[in-house]
Amino acid sequence: MKNLNVAGIAIILFAFGILFMSADHIDAPAVSGSSADITDFYAFQGENASNLVFVANLNGLLSPEMTTTQTFDENVLVEFNIDNDGDYVEDLVIQAIPRNGKMYVFGPTAPASTGKSSTVIESASQTVVDITKYSESPISATNAGVTAFAGPRDDPFFMDFAQYGAVVGGMASGFNDPGSDTFAGTNVMSIVVEVDKSLLGGNGSLNTWVETKTK
Amino acid sequence: MKNIQLLVFAICTMVFITSCGDDEPMEPTVDFSGTYALADQMGRPAINTVFIPSNMKDTYNETLPADQAAAFQMTIENGLKALSPAYANEGDQNALGLDAAAFAGVLATDVLTVSTNGVTTFYDGTNVLTGRALADDVITVELLLIFGGEDFTENPALSDDHVDANDKPFLSSFPYLAAPF
Repeated sequence: MKNLNVAGIAIILFAFGILFMSADHIDAPAVSGSSADITDFYAFQGENASNLVFVANLNGLLSPEMTTTQTFDENVLVEFNIDNDGDYVEDLVIQAIPRNGKMYVFGPTAPASTGKSSTVIESASQTVVDITKYSESPISATNAGVTAFAGPRDDPFFMDFAQYGAVVGGMASGFNDPGSDTFAGTNVMSIVVEVDKSLLGGNGSLNTWVETKTK
Repeated sequence: MKNIQLLVFAICTMVFITSCGDDEPMEPTVDFSGTYALADQMGRPAINTVFIPSNMKDTYNETLPADQAAAFQMTIENGLKALSPAYANEGDQNALGLDAAAFAGVLATDVLTVSTNGVTTFYDGTNVLTGRALADDVITVELLLIFGGEDFTENPALSDDHVDANDKPFLSSFPYLAAPF
């Protein structure tokens, strides 16, 4: 009977594992579910039309209980890449990295080198903000045209991911109406950076993407 | 020999004094040293998830945007044709006027284009790919471009997941995202 219980628990854990993996927004098995796993990236005009807002979300599908203890990983550098001349190579980066309960945001600044390896550009202008805790109101800090926030937020993404999986897996012929938001009631670890557009260059249009880089 | 020993002693003393001197007025410093290597990347939503076969997802994730089109355009084109009846016939296009090859070329380079002098939206009926706002129904837009055909009317059962909005309202002010559950 005890063995049966152990087997039952193992099956339940396995099933949760599949659910978690399959519902993860993204993507690549090597990073899936790790503290470097990006769930989403947004870029939009701010409340002040002179500013652009970048959002990077990490650690998808956090339950409220999991969120209370979730932290940013000090070995993970989050880098917003900005190509302002149309060659898909970053001309500017905004780097965010946590240390001792604070998020340090550097830039926008030219990277030391483009591509897959980065060093933190400590000479760039810094915006340092206390990481907001689960139960706190959002804390923000502003310096030199850059406003930053870091902490848990509701996952802004919405999609019937489960039904999408059934459709592409050949188990359903279409979506349901109404659908069911797989990400309802879940949280992410979020970094929000609002930047004066004049710091970003370009000629009316930018190519942007976000990376996590690990030490 | 004695001179050399004296010299060594002198150098050691200098080093000792110098390092001592450095320690005293130091502010508590934060260590950001080291090299950080690419782990994950993302431009537009769900490109890797939807279009890249399982055995290539890690490789795609490790390919820089400037190199993605050359390496993955054909894979995505084949994926589009296999996934969607809207590209089944020669000359089939989506509502942007792109056939499978052209649309795959756009998708392969996974960057998010964002306007700095106009509306920022994934798609609002007028503007296309000028950013990504929190409330944009990006998945339905992508499904329409994959399955909807030339005028968004094809394959209606596949072109909308019928989840049209977030489960919490967004904020109009910074940090814009809703409080956690």
